[in-house]
Amino acid sequence: MLELDDITAGYDRRAPAVRGAHLSLYPGESLGLLGPSGCGKSTLARVAALLHRPDRGTVTLDGRTVTGFFHRAPRSLRTAVGVVFQQPRLAADPRLRLRDLVAEPLRATGRRTEAGPRVAELAERVGLGADLLSRRPHEVSDGQLQRACLARALVLRPRWLVCDEMTAMLDASTTAALVAVVEDYRAETGAGLLAVGHDPVLLDRWCGRTVHWNEIVKH
Amino acid sequence: MTPSPPATGAGADAPRPGGTGPVLHVEDLSVRFRMPAGRYVEAVTGATFTLAPGESLALVGESGCGKSVLASALLGLLPGNAETAGSARLADGLDLLAADERTLARTVRGRRVGLVPQSPAAHLTPVRTVRAQLEETVRELAGPGYAGHATEAPEAPEAGTGPAAGGRGTSSGASDRPARRGRRHRLAALRAAARAAAGRAAFPASHLDRHPHELSGGLAQRAATALALVGDAPLLLADEPTTGLDRDLVERTVDELRAHTRADGRALLMITHDLAAAERIADTVAVMYAGRIVEIAPAGAFFGSPGPRHPYARGLLDALPERAFTPVPGAPPELGALPPGCAFAARCAAADPLCRTRLPALTEGVACHHA
Ligand code: SF4
Repeated sequence: MLELDDITAGYDRRAPAVRGAHLSLYPGESLGLLGPSGCGKSTLARVAALLHRPDRGTVTLDGRTVTGFFHRAPRSLRTAVGVVFQQPRLAADPRLRLRDLVAEPLRATGRRTEAGPRVAELAERVGLGADLLSRRPHEVSDGQLQRACLARALVLRPRWLVCDEMTAMLDASTTAALVAVVEDYRAETGAGLLAVGHDPVLLDRWCGRTVHWNEIVKH
Repeated sequence: MTPSPPATGAGADAPRPGGTGPVLHVEDLSVRFRMPAGRYVEAVTGATFTLAPGESLALVGESGCGKSVLASALLGLLPGNAETAGSARLADGLDLLAADERTLARTVRGRRVGLVPQSPAAHLTPVRTVRAQLEETVRELAGPGYAGHATEAPEAPEAGTGPAAGGRGTSSGASDRPARRGRRHRLAALRAAARAAAGRAAFPASHLDRHPHELSGGLAQRAATALALVGDAPLLLADEPTTGLDRDLVERTVDELRAHTRADGRALLMITHDLAAAERIADTVAVMYAGRIVEIAPAGAFFGSPGPRHPYARGLLDALPERAFTPVPGAPPELGALPPGCAFAARCAAADPLCRTRLPALTEGVACHHA
């Protein structure tokens, strides 16, 4: 289970972006969270991905209450969640070749030796040609970079995926391709998914269940 | 020889207020980038299309297909290693590809071509009010001397070259040389011009003194549109104006752009990856693949029946979540290593040996040997 209980979070304590949010995902479930831009759903996605400490409330991941966030999250929990953001250019270190970008989480967790075969397998899965792996972010398109960011999110075989507007900048074909990659991975591993977005047509097609922002926060 | 631009009988600098010829005529436009080791990246090849007054054209395609390079070429904003060929003529005959930077900066960007920015949040300066930004844009477009910055008069020579220059309210009193006009008078004109631009974009005057972060997404988008409309340009160029917006806001944004296009006989070129936005706004759709326009069609026929004719365009529509939600298989070729025949052949179910060896030309709106 991934449970967010009464979460209040934001960047300004006097005006939190999220107030009293509740959300729970069953193992293997795909949940779409629909909300208008600027509503705070990205902040909540960061909390769910253990990247942002809430001001109030509890996050429970597979039965364990999360006490540390971002760099303070215990490694065993941090590696359980993979995350993809809307803007690959902001999420990718511009100095890294795509190969190293995808392998980064392996290095960070001391599993560098697995990188070679794992990166090759994932590149194939997300549709990145071998020649692209030696390029840096500015040498590829947004769509290609987002493919690399998705591969990075999958590299540690997470039990949970958080996709925050993953396809908002992408064309229809790349969108359908990346959603298919996520769904294939989930079918294979039984991972759960929180997909945050603003497009009801996309989320309804993608996820087993969709909730609207208004239904999960306090008013 | 390229066909002559629409200005039949009129000189290149004759005014064409309310003219019926195309607002933009792009003919065989190509852009390539010189790379190290004598390599070239063919970003745009042989693009040809026209935009009539009141017409909205959506140029769609995936990221990296060349559509943004085409927009940069029209604005003269290509990097130094770019080489262009062909022409892109405005109604008054000015070729945007041949114009020098001074002409582009002084008479084109913002005046004859209004740019609707990609993200209003990024485009609007956070520390200044909407009014201040509008006034500054008016001042920039009017040239040095406006609002008493220098003694030189506002641009006059270009004022007659088209509906763009001058603009409503920005240089009223063309006969009264303003060299000695009072500073206060000019400030009043400046304020009025900024207010008028806001009004045209339906931006409420009551919000002019707010900062961008105090605006809703919709109002921020309107403020950005107001900036694009300040110069009253006959051609609006919108580069991914709806990226990251909710559907509501996408719809409102494109409806407004469309209204500005229709009502005032402007033309709109919208570059987008968002097919829903394209469907809502466009009279004409052009699909770009690997640097070429592979299909150009009336929007009704393209999105409705009989639907797209080019296999890539069909695949792109089928990828929509409201349709089959299946991606086009494979990936586009590198623009620096295009195959000899049809660039889509490696991904196309209908490809045959002819496709792999001979490049299909765009004929009757589609570039495919088997469409
Ligand atoms: S020319 Fe051939 S390969 Fe290209 S789109 Fe048409 S059928 Fe497919």
